[in-house]
Amino acid sequence: MTAKIAYDDVEVGTELPAQSFPVTRATLVQYAGASGDFNPIHWNEKFAKEVGLPDVIAHGMFTMAEAIRVVTDWTGDPAAVVEYGVRFTKPVIVPNDDKGATIEVSGKVAAKLDDNKVRVDLTVMSAGLKVLGMSRAVVRLA
Amino acid sequence: MALDQSFVGRSYPPTEPYEVGREKIREFAVAVGDANPVYTDPEAAKALGHPDVIAPPTFVFAITFAAAGQVVADPQLGLDYSRVVHGDQKFAYTRPVRAGDRLTVTSTIEAVKTMAGNDILDVRGEVHDEAGEHVVTAWTKLVARGAEEGQG
Repeated sequence: MTAKIAYDDVEVGTELPAQSFPVTRATLVQYAGASGDFNPIHWNEKFAKEVGLPDVIAHGMFTMAEAIRVVTDWTGDPAAVVEYGVRFTKPVIVPNDDKGATIEVSGKVAAKLDDNKVRVDLTVMSAGLKVLGMSRAVVRLA
Repeated sequence: MALDQSFVGRSYPPTEPYEVGREKIREFAVAVGDANPVYTDPEAAKALGHPDVIAPPTFVFAITFAAAGQVVADPQLGLDYSRVVHGDQKFAYTRPVRAGDRLTVTSTIEAVKTMAGNDILDVRGEVHDEAGEHVVTAWTKLVARGAEEGQG
């Protein structure tokens, strides 16, 4: 494990570079294939509406995968992530157009722990709503 | 329908090994749009001290969730899977999953609750490699409720 960020160089409140991630229907079909999650709420608008959703929604695990990229791009080596957890609070709604939806992710160091570890709290939004809650990673820095 | 409380603490036998392939990791990294070469280029992975390409942090969910399927589908538990959404997800890593791993999952039911008409199931999946060493633990909270909430 070779994190490019040093523990001594960060403080509580240090912000990680924010990123935004586009997600279209095509993204969801591709993620369904790669992950093996073929639940039709992620690709079939008729089915999604029949079960009470406003439209097709992104896989929660897709959103979780995007959010941690703010951390892994920061550390360089994804092996720096020692814990990662989220709560799925709101769906990311993905309309059937060329724009789709956007997942906006920001993060900051919330606590410095022992053994060169820090806790990073992530804020994950789509269409102005917080889509993940309690989104936290423990990361071991250099 | 209330879930059977006697299931708390129940463990299921380890799954058959899942062999992690370089190309499956690549497919996943492409699907999430992550161009970090540590997922696709063995030399880049070695430069960071890994023996082969590693998988993105959430890659292992496909393996642990498949293993949790035997819990979810257990007719004695009585979970209505058609109403299930994903509530929470957490991982704790000893090391990243990497190409060449042969991983087994041992699933344990940590909690079953019925709150405000919702059935809640907490499953822990312990992932070990072929040598029996711990790789990652995944905690999955599933909630069986009205389909208008949550996101599967």
